[in-house]
Amino acid sequence: MNEVMDEVVLEPNYDATKRILALSGIQPELCYQCRKCTSGCPLTFAMDYYPDQIVRYLLLGLEDKVLSSATIWVCSSCETCTTRCPNDIDIAGLMDYLKQQAHAKGLVDPRQNLTYAFHKAFLEDIARRGRVFETGLMQRYMLSSGAWKAKLADGTLWDEIRLGVALWSRGRLPLRPRGVRHLAEVQRLFAKPTQCREKKDTSASL
Amino acid sequence: MFSVGYYPGCSLEGTARDYAASIEGVCRLLDIELVELDDWNCCGATAAHSLDHDLSVALPARNLHLARQQGLKDLTAPCALCYNRLKSAEKALKKKAAQAAGADEDPQVRVWDLVDYFSQPSIVREIERRLVRPLHGLRAVCYYGCMVNRPPKITDALAWENPTTMDRLLEAVGAEVLDWPFKTDCCGASHAVARPDLVSALVGKLLKRALDQGAHAVVVSCQMCHANLDLYQPRIVQQQGLASSLPVFYFTDLIGLALGETKARDWMKRHRVNGEPVLTSVGL
Repeated sequence: MNEVMDEVVLEPNYDATKRILALSGIQPELCYQCRKCTSGCPLTFAMDYYPDQIVRYLLLGLEDKVLSSATIWVCSSCETCTTRCPNDIDIAGLMDYLKQQAHAKGLVDPRQNLTYAFHKAFLEDIARRGRVFETGLMQRYMLSSGAWKAKLADGTLWDEIRLGVALWSRGRLPLRPRGVRHLAEVQRLFAKPTQCREKKDTSASL
Repeated sequence: MFSVGYYPGCSLEGTARDYAASIEGVCRLLDIELVELDDWNCCGATAAHSLDHDLSVALPARNLHLARQQGLKDLTAPCALCYNRLKSAEKALKKKAAQAAGADEDPQVRVWDLVDYFSQPSIVREIERRLVRPLHGLRAVCYYGCMVNRPPKITDALAWENPTTMDRLLEAVGAEVLDWPFKTDCCGASHAVARPDLVSALVGKLLKRALDQGAHAVVVSCQMCHANLDLYQPRIVQQQGLASSLPVFYFTDLIGLALGETKARDWMKRHRVNGEPVLTSVGL
């Protein structure tokens, strides 16, 4: 659907789906809009567009619209949609593809999108020592996203502190990280140019 | 004596040390030797498959490669997401090998979800043989979550809408397992940190149904499900106005208890919701 002034042109545009097929092997154009994905999705209550709408917009060439949607970040990757799709479309994989594109193109701001900020901090943690150190990850995520300010303002920071104390008292909050011995092997995986990162905006970090 | 490769994953050496303790304890009781994969790395979890597809395969692929090098035929992954990522890498490598015949990445390591591993008839027989304290009177719902079952193309799950393996394990140790409709519904998984509002809504629904069903406890096999249901339960009970709280046990906690392990109660004491009142109320 290309919106030209007041005129709405209902022409499918396969540019986006061709790119998706080439990069991910997923074929959204097989969708016949039965809405089974949306019916089974546990998170529709927090989405701006339903999964079937995301697919429809892609078929109409409106990739920018879906790349800036809340839906792709609300998806929890529970794979119910992918499992139940009668046409075998990997819809959760499609949501991943869209997140990867939004990340690669530098369209997401970690301070505006806490889910993205968390994923970014998580990957940085793996690159640092090959394993995730949850105690340090939480601190870095809180600081890099500015989430601590919001939590301080709405009082939920105290919940986090109580949770930290509960974990500490049960020996579940280690203070020293463990890493892999052959860290260079893991870091090489990060250094390898990938499909998405080749197109990455140079201003984005990681 | 069984021997099996063990991929604990990052959280089992962090906030889910309680799970690690119960797995190691139960394996000791059953004479299962856990051989930890040497120098394993993080599977990439949700972050990698959300931001970088290639990395989401390459990270677990390194672990599969290590397992092969170390001669491990079987590799158990207690974390549902680690399991899912290892299986995804296995499938991706198989596809690549099929395209380029003779390629060196021919995965020969069998990756096991921990419940599936314990559900093998030989191990169930061992559990039944060593049973000293059947969990009679304990009414439980088994919560499998998403990642060990879906998508079946990756997990090779046979009953992804209504799995029963954990139900049967719990029945083998004498618990009364209730049927309920949310066995594989999502708990919100990695949203716990950045979007606690989403987790509250999803977990609230699960807990309410389990309570309505008359369950004494929810039993899980995934430390992520456990964190969302147990660690955040005080907040969720308050926000959703639930009638009471509900202890969340690992299936290994309860097997340990039924096998007479005295430390089993210590494993459970490390959860946030206190399970003691429920256990004592049914005479355990």
